[in-house]
Amino acid sequence: MIEANELTKRYGGKTAVHDLTFTVRPGRVTGFLGPNGAGKSTTLRMILGLHAPTSGTVTVDGRPFADRPRGLRHIGSLLDAHDVHGGRSGRAQLEALARSNRIPRSRVDEVLAEVGLTDAARRRIGGYSLGMKQRLGIASALLGDPPVLLFDEPLNGLDPEGVRWVRGLFRRLAEEGRTVFVSSHLMSEMENAADDLIVIGRGALLAAEPLTDFAARGTRAHVTVRTPQAAELIGLLTAVDADVTSYGERLEITGATAPEIARIALDHRILLHHLATEHASLERAFMELTADSVEYGAAGDLTGTPSARDLVGEAR
Amino acid sequence: MTTLASLNAVTSSAGSRPRFRDLTAAEWIKTRSLRSTAIAYGVTALAVLGFNLGVAYDTYTYWTTQAAADRAQFIADGIPLQHAFGSNAAVVMMLALGATGALTVVGEYSTGTIRTTFAAVPARGAVLAAKAAVLAAVSTVFGLLLATASFFGTQAILGARDAGIGIGHPGALQVLLGSALLAPVCALAGFALGALIRQTATTMIATLVVLLILPMFLTDGRYWSALVGHATPYKAWLRLADPGYTAGEFPWTTAGAWTVYAMWAAAAVGVGMVAVRRRDQ
Repeated sequence: MIEANELTKRYGGKTAVHDLTFTVRPGRVTGFLGPNGAGKSTTLRMILGLHAPTSGTVTVDGRPFADRPRGLRHIGSLLDAHDVHGGRSGRAQLEALARSNRIPRSRVDEVLAEVGLTDAARRRIGGYSLGMKQRLGIASALLGDPPVLLFDEPLNGLDPEGVRWVRGLFRRLAEEGRTVFVSSHLMSEMENAADDLIVIGRGALLAAEPLTDFAARGTRAHVTVRTPQAAELIGLLTAVDADVTSYGERLEITGATAPEIARIALDHRILLHHLATEHASLERAFMELTADSVEYGAAGDLTGTPSARDLVGEAR
Repeated sequence: MTTLASLNAVTSSAGSRPRFRDLTAAEWIKTRSLRSTAIAYGVTALAVLGFNLGVAYDTYTYWTTQAAADRAQFIADGIPLQHAFGSNAAVVMMLALGATGALTVVGEYSTGTIRTTFAAVPARGAVLAAKAAVLAAVSTVFGLLLATASFFGTQAILGARDAGIGIGHPGALQVLLGSALLAPVCALAGFALGALIRQTATTMIATLVVLLILPMFLTDGRYWSALVGHATPYKAWLRLADPGYTAGEFPWTTAGAWTVYAMWAAAAVGVGMVAVRRRDQ
């Protein structure tokens, strides 16, 4: 269990994290989402005691992590796969970590096998691909068999098989009753992996809720239609107050359900090639929620989306 | 496979309190698993031995003294002791060991390893103390081996002209130990600067300035200058390794020089431990 309470971090005049309060529960995979520069890494570093909060507190299983003399049995973490010395072998890196926490050496072989690095363990880390470094970082996190695990963008550089493996691993760790906290700036990475979501933007909390709730708050479901008689159908739909966006023969419709549209088309002998309800997209919900708080967005690419504050306001 | 059962097993075996020995063992694994460590020490050893044996060989080659009385004077003047560990060799060793010591810390900062280290061991001061202990041990063994090899190597070369001395010669042990311990003192100085500055290039420059350039500007002619100068490792080494020391206006004892060594080592460990305490990593 990770509990952050009014966590704030300022670097000089810049506020990286502002008044963040959330709880990450055991037995679930919790996604930690936000655009680049939202303060995810800063928050993770504060959880690990690497950075001291300007104000507020964060505890792990009831205690500030920095108070623990040895950490690996309390939190396993992967902040950045590059945070290793390239001159060392993967095995030496893990052996040093294990030894510092008095973890038996046999455990090093276990985690190496678990992440599939047994054969590469004696090679220098400098020659590893990013995906292999991620696996090594995950192995380090698993070393102490910890009840809490933190991963910062763990899917970067992994191939599709690796991504599938990592998702399965997170799921299993959570089912074993552990707290699994995974950051990402891509909603799609969390879609099939997380149970809960904590979303931040510009250092402030935007949402903290189960993934299903988050999906429900997203874009109103819309219907896509493909028809050679687009102009005709647009006229009829507009007449019943539906919103239509036209992409040639393809129309995106909100404000009318698929059965209603089918009925209108049938009544007016309009041929439909395609008719489908598009489920609310998590990605879109995320984009809309964080639209106002994108730190390094391209100018003008987010106009027309509702502001994050409005959405949060609605949620409350 | 990681299961809750194994979780409990590992956690319960962890019950006892943390030991410092685990940290030194971990730092030792880090030290020996880097090829660059062996290369740095190896190249330094070759350079230092090269200077010392080279000077002795020079003396051997251009030897002119024939009379037995002259040989006796050569030894009485302490010249074989000067050959045992020369100042060029000492300067090379100071810089190399200062850099090596600094790299044990800035090497972790520049690669980001330090965050992995501190996330595994939140007791940061203890990590730095363990680093210092391993660095001190390795560099002391290195210094002893190198000073011993230099001593016996140079005296063997001079011995070919019947001008060598043994380790029992007055002052010989002091030269050997004074030179040997210069290694850990400089390594720890670099270590402390690395922990303070954390940035590779700046740390290297600071190490160069503190160990070498500073003593160059401090002369024995004025009281304050002499006082500060005597507090630098290089001047302490000169005091210990120069058999022909003549008391100037502001004399000091060898005990004072040994104390300077000890103070630098102790202060360096303290600075390293305090430097990581408050700052964000």
